[in-house]
Amino acid sequence: MTTSKLTERIRKANAAGRKALIPFIPGGFPDLEQFWTHLEALDAGGADIIEVGVPFSDPCADGPVVEKASIQALEAGVSLKWLLNGLKARAGRFQAELVLMGYLNPFLQYGFEKLAEDAAAAGVSGFIIPDLPLDEDAPYRAVLQGKGMALVPLVGLNTDLERMKAYAAVAKGYVYVVSVLGTTGARESFPAELADALARAREAFDLPIALGFGIKEPAQLEVFGDSIDAVIFGSALITHIRETGSAKAFMARWA
Amino acid sequence: MKKGYFGDFGGQFVAELLIPPLRELEHALETIVPSPEFQAEFSALLRDYVGRKSPLTHCPTLSKELGFNLWLKREDLNHTGSHKINNTLGQALLTKYMGKPAMLTETGAGMNGVATATAARALDLDCIVFMGATDVARQSHNVRRMQLLGAEIVPVQNGTKTLKDAINEALRYWIAEQRTHHYCFGTAAGPHPFPTLVREFQSVVGREAREQILEKTGELPYAVVACVGGGSNAIGAFHAFVPDESVRLVGVEAAGTGEPGCYNSAPLNLGSRGVLHGQMTMLLQDEDGQILPSHSVAAGLDYPGVGPEHAHLHDSGRAHYGTVNDAQALKAFMTLTRSEGIMPALESSHAVAWVLENRDRIPKGANVIVNLSGRGDKDMDIIEEHLGAQPVHGRKG
Repeated sequence: MTTSKLTERIRKANAAGRKALIPFIPGGFPDLEQFWTHLEALDAGGADIIEVGVPFSDPCADGPVVEKASIQALEAGVSLKWLLNGLKARAGRFQAELVLMGYLNPFLQYGFEKLAEDAAAAGVSGFIIPDLPLDEDAPYRAVLQGKGMALVPLVGLNTDLERMKAYAAVAKGYVYVVSVLGTTGARESFPAELADALARAREAFDLPIALGFGIKEPAQLEVFGDSIDAVIFGSALITHIRETGSAKAFMARWA
Repeated sequence: MKKGYFGDFGGQFVAELLIPPLRELEHALETIVPSPEFQAEFSALLRDYVGRKSPLTHCPTLSKELGFNLWLKREDLNHTGSHKINNTLGQALLTKYMGKPAMLTETGAGMNGVATATAARALDLDCIVFMGATDVARQSHNVRRMQLLGAEIVPVQNGTKTLKDAINEALRYWIAEQRTHHYCFGTAAGPHPFPTLVREFQSVVGREAREQILEKTGELPYAVVACVGGGSNAIGAFHAFVPDESVRLVGVEAAGTGEPGCYNSAPLNLGSRGVLHGQMTMLLQDEDGQILPSHSVAAGLDYPGVGPEHAHLHDSGRAHYGTVNDAQALKAFMTLTRSEGIMPALESSHAVAWVLENRDRIPKGANVIVNLSGRGDKDMDIIEEHLGAQPVHGRKG
């Protein structure tokens, strides 16, 4: 089993003594032109991996900030086809690894075989599909991995060790640990049981652990020490872009 | 067949964080629901609180005109005015047995919300109801009813501000509150085990109807007809008849205004395969896989998806699914009201309309059962808006 580029990238950051940085931005947000500017700024600003959202009309695992940004992108005319074509035209220009994060239905309608082919050609290293849990993911995982791409699992406070181990048996890339029992969105603090979930994840997986949901400031990470290898931020970045029109300053906080 | 699937349809396409409560519910469906204790308590509630059995009413005037026998399964006579109470009482009782103090649900027209708020009150549970802001505005009467019953109403401002957005918001809330709240899903759709669970509680409709028609006519019916939004009243009416191959099962979807290019609520007839709200099913969607808005004059049918078991019954050919548009449903509402003195909900009016529109395809002397899923009182504002300009006729209409 070859190591995913995503795994290598996070390990490299850790070897340099820091957490890997994984910003999330919805494709086509805030509009079709500025999106590419922001993507380039995230890349230049030190992102190790960039999660690019594929907007969906019904994002039922997302909080209000991501949902609003996704709907705005849809209204601007974004589609998966547009996104993949745009990434393909810029393939090789990004330092960061790229991951597509989106709900299953747009991927299904695009056709999974074609999706895997086009995403690979566009330089995508992996996928995160929040409404595709372990019990349903086998055929889709096989197609993506056939083209060298990882399907990154999401686990949380209520995922037991046995289930984490079942994910670990098939997963590649990194593990996305959801910090709260809830939807995406910046929060002031984390639940006490998060430490246990991170410990279970460390025991179950051989992959790097990335913490996401609710993170907005580097200071929040101090309590986690070595229990996490990477940090994912989405809602706070989207809010920052809305307020300042720039992704650059946000990245500077974490560098 | 894969667990949680009906043919190719169904499944559990949800965030990983919802898998534990769905597993817990699956376990409850397999262990608590079949237990004699639960069944006895549920039957008593249906009898003494809902008022079951609901009658099977013969329609003498319309039957004479049509040349075949039209029978109505009277779910409109249930407490709270529709079939919804069967499911919500079942799920409320299950919530108690599971040791949770509260239920959440979503509602479109408000009937499921009212039925859930009622069941919660009857069994001393807290209740929170998510409802699209558009529906809150157009169903103010039902909102007031829910508030009187002590439920908390959360108007949903996202998306199209209708049922599908209320479901999205309810799923989000459930992720966060899964330890204390049971999600009382309102129809036979959503992730496994909801389609099976809701069918379990609604199948009383078909069981009673089957016994009643055999008792009254000595034979099985020619057809059982029911409207389909998410499809809970239809799956309830169909289930007992599925093994009876001679019985035609007819689901009726809403064609909206019926004009080409306009929104409808007919995913089985006009949609395609996809994943929404935790299930692989038939959906109204564009070529990019974005969910399209739906429309029907009947708010309870206004949903871009359909329960996965209907998608399977459609795919396998065991059931037939037709469409009826807003105008045909409104006309059927008037016809039944004036002929028999029974005022159907606009949802149920779609099923009645299918029979009226397809009268030539039904043999003379046949027995046809229409599941009258709810009563039309709730729709008075809409009826008046559409038919208000009509002159008031005399007894013969």
